[in-house]
Amino acid sequence: MPQTIIEKIWNQHVVDQQEGAPAILAIDLHLVHEVTSPQAFTGLRSRGLKVRRPDRTVATADHSIPTTPRNLPIADEMAAAQVKQLEANCAEFGVPLHGWESPNQGIVHVIGPELGLTQPGATIVCGDSHTATHGAFGALAFGIGTSEVEMVLATQCLLQRKPKTYLVRVDGTLRPGVSAKDIILALIARIGVGGGTGHVFEYAGSAIRALSMEERMTICNMSIEGGARAGLVAPDETTFAYLKGRPHAPQGADWDAAVARWRTLTSDEGATYDKEIVIDANTLEPMVTYGTNPGMGLPISGTIPDPANETDPAAARALTRALEYMDLRAGDSIIGRPVNTVFIGSCTNGRISDLRLAANVLKGQTVAKGVRVMVVPGSADVKRQAEREGLDTIFRDAGADWREAGCSMCIAMNGDQLAPGEYAISTSNRNFEGRQGKGGRTFLASPLTAAATALTGVIADPRTLPGMSR
Amino acid sequence: MAAPKVGTFTTGLVPLPAENVDTDQIVPARYLKVIDKAGLADALFHDWRFEADGTKKNPPFVIDEPRYAGHGILVAGDNFGTGSSREHAPWALGAFGIKAILATSFADIFKSNALKNGILPIVLPAPLHATLMQIAKEDLAATVTINLAAATMTTPDGATHAFPIDLFSQKMLLDGLDELDYIRTQGEKILAHETAHPGTINTLQPNTPR
Repeated sequence: MPQTIIEKIWNQHVVDQQEGAPAILAIDLHLVHEVTSPQAFTGLRSRGLKVRRPDRTVATADHSIPTTPRNLPIADEMAAAQVKQLEANCAEFGVPLHGWESPNQGIVHVIGPELGLTQPGATIVCGDSHTATHGAFGALAFGIGTSEVEMVLATQCLLQRKPKTYLVRVDGTLRPGVSAKDIILALIARIGVGGGTGHVFEYAGSAIRALSMEERMTICNMSIEGGARAGLVAPDETTFAYLKGRPHAPQGADWDAAVARWRTLTSDEGATYDKEIVIDANTLEPMVTYGTNPGMGLPISGTIPDPANETDPAAARALTRALEYMDLRAGDSIIGRPVNTVFIGSCTNGRISDLRLAANVLKGQTVAKGVRVMVVPGSADVKRQAEREGLDTIFRDAGADWREAGCSMCIAMNGDQLAPGEYAISTSNRNFEGRQGKGGRTFLASPLTAAATALTGVIADPRTLPGMSR
Repeated sequence: MAAPKVGTFTTGLVPLPAENVDTDQIVPARYLKVIDKAGLADALFHDWRFEADGTKKNPPFVIDEPRYAGHGILVAGDNFGTGSSREHAPWALGAFGIKAILATSFADIFKSNALKNGILPIVLPAPLHATLMQIAKEDLAATVTINLAAATMTTPDGATHAFPIDLFSQKMLLDGLDELDYIRTQGEKILAHETAHPGTINTLQPNTPR
């Protein structure tokens, strides 16, 4: 019977399947960070258990650490204690750690691929909902809770029910100024934040095939914003080219054998999905969110929707509340809304290609007066690469703040945050109330749209930039 | 290891008629800097409950209204628990005294996390959900009895409704069994699978020098 890649990976990892019970699923790679792991290590300790596979486990500090220079101590006592606890836990349990001052430190979903640890066909988990990022390599990657972190540390396995499958086919060619971020925001705007619940997305179609690995990561990253715990892209030559020669990728004969195996990871002709959607890339515009969940997004030329036009009372209520929180008026155009802050970074859009796009817009320009522009590389490696290319100078010369790697203002638990009432345009993944600081208001958009907005101080269409003719 | 045990309980309702309540609302990220599970009751719905100076809002957010004090069932809108995977969300709900949440759907990770902490995420058909939301708002004395063994819910009108829960989760919660203990009973199968699937990932050793 024809199978999807999702079913193939699933079947290869089922350790045990009892009637009526969830499967015991083997996990190939477990990523650990400081925020969702301490209670799991405490659990291991109280049970007298060890980490079963330190060689399949890797840790970093990314969420609560400051993005100020690394020679300064962590000022926030709770954050400092949490990072210290991670170091102690990793030392005690033999887990390799790319700690806060390591040259390999970075957002957990940026460093896994960078190091070549993220590999096709693998099951990958992390106590973080953006683990779906790794699906870009044709891996089944999903976020888990801390109880599950403890289970994986102890057994390298999880209890899971087989997910349903959801084909997202994106055909056609993206227009200039439109990018991977706009594809995923358009998908979520169409299906809603609960549209993929219970499912794993497979992203396919000519527009997906044409994307780089970094762009595929941007799309898979936000699968959870569409309700799907995981989303993936079948591996291809683009995947293999990205991986080849990375520190933890197989080498020599092992590499050849691995690629031969990975080539079988495609959905079979005639495989069926529980749900399907087709998106035409040719018709997509840059997307911006206007509300308080990632499904509240619209093409940048659009106007803010009116609750009066909602037929579903619950949706009308939610929209009214969102517009109230955002202090936006139905019928206004989204272009021209002022912002106080521009945030470029995160596991969604904090990789080198994202920074290149933004730098290209800001080169030789000055950011709008009174606008704070924060550029936060996704990893120490991304930061070094950007500095080799002189991107840091471009950002600084334009008046932007160039910072150390971390999650930063995407989750705003490290002091990088909005003041109440402030607006940000952000390349991150969530625009929930207070997500970027209590009372802060977030417009989600692509790095191009964010950079264009940095120049004007109001939401700007990147297609009006030089070299981006419609 | 002791896991939460759930049986039959009777308690009042608290209405939270908002759709897509995300885990950043349930526990804002700045409360995730803890290294234990304790003390999260005050973090629950923090920014909806408290002013900037830390005092409770006036009028209070629904869970702080005296008339709902001690009510253990939250009646929430669709897709409750969307967003981040933070297990701090069910930890905080549990610490506050929430035992069950009634909604028309739940986000996947939240649902999984809730069950591991003995909080029942109960999916109801829209009409019954709407009825209970109305009762939660209007009839403060109303109680609902949840019987996990029977997978039924007895509503204030005396009617008994079956609710869906998978048999595995039901048994684990009724008997207070722990998922990690369950996985560990299959040690031989885990070892056999590992041996048969050596894989190519090794976090301890790079394949080439950096």
